[in-house]
Amino acid sequence: MKEFLKNRFLLAGILVSIFVAGFFSFYASSSPDGLEKVAEDKGFLDTAQESANSGSPLADYGVAGIDNERLSVGLSGLIGVIVTLVLSLVIFKSLARKK
Amino acid sequence: MHIPDGFIDLPTSLAFIGISAVGVGVALKGAKSELSDKTAPLAGLATVFIFAAQMINFPVAAGTSGHLLGGALAAILIGPWAATLSITIVLILQALLFADGGLTAIGLNVFNLSLVGVWVSYAIFIIIKKVLPKGKRAIPVAAFIAALIQVPIAASSFVLQYAIGSVATIPVSTVFTAMFSTHVLIGIGEGLITALTISAVLATRADLVYGFRGQSKQLEIKEMNRNSL
Repeated sequence: MKEFLKNRFLLAGILVSIFVAGFFSFYASSSPDGLEKVAEDKGFLDTAQESANSGSPLADYGVAGIDNERLSVGLSGLIGVIVTLVLSLVIFKSLARKK
Repeated sequence: MHIPDGFIDLPTSLAFIGISAVGVGVALKGAKSELSDKTAPLAGLATVFIFAAQMINFPVAAGTSGHLLGGALAAILIGPWAATLSITIVLILQALLFADGGLTAIGLNVFNLSLVGVWVSYAIFIIIKKVLPKGKRAIPVAAFIAALIQVPIAASSFVLQYAIGSVATIPVSTVFTAMFSTHVLIGIGEGLITALTISAVLATRADLVYGFRGQSKQLEIKEMNRNSL
């Protein structure tokens, strides 16, 4: 993780990602996405089942218990950024070392 | 385009978990050649950026939205093997943490976005790059086209899964027409975001762009040869 503080490019990239996931995500369109819309229009949306972990505290990009929509989406995005960064660095660095 | 549980029956979903597991296993081996101590953090950053960008649904038509898939972006930035892993990491975290995309549907989603999305994008990118004049300016153009085409192809890959194991009885041709046309529109957004992001990286750290690196190395060698003459 240290390299992200030392390297200006990596730092800028992470800050942009935090801005997008943590702040800008609030302004995302809430319309159904292409697949969901097609399923709805053509009549197979009703076959969808709720995910087994739809009770996850971060389900549907919100933090359970936080009512403020902006804060809830933003915080879930920020948590997502951190978890994604840690997991992907562990995987990619170990692959780079295993050569 | 995250498939929820229930669209595709369980045997087909499980079969695609098997197929995707094999694909990701091969990518774990292949990615070693693309990754070094220098590029591993960049692969991490690309993964984070794609996660963040996928939160942004943009409107494409009345009552329809789309979001970045990221296959072309990742393949051009960090190479197709690492990109396969990158998109897979995003999909697994989305399904586990955010209940975005079904759990039994994970193999279907990894197949469409990590395998088909990444490799179709990369193949198109390489072909377009060969056709265009050499140089930095060709990269965003090739990236735009590859990213755009990737989306309706990934959507068609879903239709293939639907044809094999749909739970609903709506005709495949009806689903194909609707999926393809809707996702061409989303593809334009995918192309724009991909081309803009690649342009920004090319402008600041062109040496980090996998899809450009090979070319810049060749240019360096040519220049060295010229200088030595």
